[in-house]
Amino acid sequence: MITTQRILSPEMVARIEALAPRYPNRRALTLPALHIVNEVLRYVPYEAVVEVAQLLGLAPAEVQDTLSFYQFFPQDKPSGETRAWVCRSVSCALRGGEEILDHICHAAGIDPYGTTADGSLTVEPAECLGACDFAPCMLAGKTLHKNLTKESAEAFVRDARARAGKSS
Amino acid sequence: MTTFQPVLLEAVGVAGSHTLASYRSRGGYAPLERLLKEKQPADVIELVKSSGLRGRGGAGFPTGLKWTFLPKDHPGPIYLCINADESEPGTFNNRILMEDDPHQVIEGIILSAYATRATTAYLYLRYEYPQSWDRLQGAIDEAYAAGLLGKNIQGSGFSLDLYLHRGAAAYICGEETGLIESLEGKRAWPRIKPPFPAIEGLFRKPTVVNNIETMACVAQIARRGVDWFRSIGVPADPNNPRDPGSYGPKLYCLSGHVERPGCYEAPLGITARQLIDGHGGGVWKGRKAKAVIPGGISMGLLTEAELDTPLDFAGPGKVGCLGLGTAAVVVIDETVSIVDFLHNSCRFFAHESCGQCTPCREGTAWSLRMLERIRAGKGRLKDLDLLAEIGNTMGMMPGSTICGLADGAAWPIKNAIKKFRGEFEDYIKRTNPSGWMVTDPVPALPIVGAH
Ligand SMILES: Cc1cc2nc3c(=O)[nH]c(=O)nc-3n(C[C@H](O)[C@H](O)[C@H](O)COP(=O)(O)O)c2cc1C
Ligand code: SF4
Ligand code: FES
Repeated sequence: MITTQRILSPEMVARIEALAPRYPNRRALTLPALHIVNEVLRYVPYEAVVEVAQLLGLAPAEVQDTLSFYQFFPQDKPSGETRAWVCRSVSCALRGGEEILDHICHAAGIDPYGTTADGSLTVEPAECLGACDFAPCMLAGKTLHKNLTKESAEAFVRDARARAGKSS
Repeated sequence: MTTFQPVLLEAVGVAGSHTLASYRSRGGYAPLERLLKEKQPADVIELVKSSGLRGRGGAGFPTGLKWTFLPKDHPGPIYLCINADESEPGTFNNRILMEDDPHQVIEGIILSAYATRATTAYLYLRYEYPQSWDRLQGAIDEAYAAGLLGKNIQGSGFSLDLYLHRGAAAYICGEETGLIESLEGKRAWPRIKPPFPAIEGLFRKPTVVNNIETMACVAQIARRGVDWFRSIGVPADPNNPRDPGSYGPKLYCLSGHVERPGCYEAPLGITARQLIDGHGGGVWKGRKAKAVIPGGISMGLLTEAELDTPLDFAGPGKVGCLGLGTAAVVVIDETVSIVDFLHNSCRFFAHESCGQCTPCREGTAWSLRMLERIRAGKGRLKDLDLLAEIGNTMGMMPGSTICGLADGAAWPIKNAIKKFRGEFEDYIKRTNPSGWMVTDPVPALPIVGAH
């Protein structure tokens, strides 16, 4: 049997449509729509791309083209409940950012860009987060973690795992 | 050093500084209300033009002049895009303005929209600034409720909508036409210019793109006047008719190996040494600086001997740097290997090149591969000439690319090899004693952690 299950929920569609009056055409809704899907699902599977394209009156290839440019929206599987970006650009690297990245990955038992088996945490290297005054730093979800040390990095990994399954 | 009272940052650290009430109590929005009543858009352009304000986003283009490039008597719409993509490594002043004093930015936006006759403004904010997003959205909501945004602002007949638009973690979205393409829902491929955005920009309509700090300056010029603005900074060089001068206060971001990293406001023209020693408390741990980035990583490097260079729009160029850029000053102490620094720089640009132009895509990728190989103990002296060649041939200046990202990638390479060649040579000879002199082609190593 063919399933007609939609990926885009009515709530997601309503949130996207609410932004439509801001732009003179619907293509400009591409990034806002991808963000809304990614916020809810923590990824943007290809079926969602097709549905976004239908909603905006675009070819799926047009949406996929934009999406793939950013390397920001996972497509194969959701990122962890916490998605952490560890800065490795110059100001952070000068204060040990690369070591912090290694350390967090080690503590979480994953490689950069990896997700822990329990789905609690994804760790990605980031370029300058615009918080060089707090180097080395990391953005995890909406929280900026400042002046990281090995100890605070380990505590972060422990907390992220303990929170797993409880946030949503 | 004479003490300088911060203006752009006057609200930083004040409780509730991000609220409308706080901004009003500091005199905010009164200049806007006065100008909307008394002045025509052309008068506001003239005000900004005569102030000598130059864009704070990196290129230093005179703001009022840019506005005059818009077509006259255009039926509209005209768009204003506010560039808050702020992704140049070392740079965070826009973040502080948006978080601590969003209304100052919004007043500047309304004034600039009035001057340019834009009725829709989009503020393109990098994804990594969730706190800025919340503060701005809160301030925009307050401004609508107070009749400072929306239809018929303060009964002036002028209407403006201001919308936030979120990026997705790509440095190239800060390039103004990359930003425009991204806003339109496409990949952020910078456009070939001309046409410039003023003629054909967002949604193919006349468009002005300006930086957040530029907007804050516009608000302060409206409040304090042209004479105040021109009394700060470095006047135009009378012997150089093409120098528009460096007027006004500037936000310098200080990071890396300093005791007190932070965003400091100072008159344009303060030297790197004054910033580091005066504001930053000196190089950390009592060490010496080996090199200092004068204005974001794209600008290249100052040596210790060049630290008395004034950081105005003309200063860094006189010692071989690309320019003032974003005025982000990053201190690299004497213990750091310049090889590691350049590797970090090359990795950034290889990651962020949008890939449209072959010299940039290949030049950034190959410079990274060469630095990987050098760091793996397989460098050859010949690599330094190859790197210098990449540095000399990619970019808008040599005329081989569409946008300035490639120049930004080239300058750290050129500066590092020219100013620190001896250190590179020593490193290569020390780490590759049997192969440093080889000149035959060598295979590349697999890249770790780059894509
Ligand atoms: C690769 C690249 C990245 C840029 N990133 C930014 C940025 O993040 N923010 C910004 O305001 N300008 C950035 N610029 C400069 C913009 O293209 C543009 O000049 C600026 O936004 C104009 O504003 P202003 O005149 O107020 O400075 C960038 C330029 C290039 C070439
Ligand atoms: S110079 Fe580089 S970043 Fe700019 S358009 Fe060309 S390839 Fe893209
Ligand atoms: S270099 Fe890490 S936040 Fe800027």
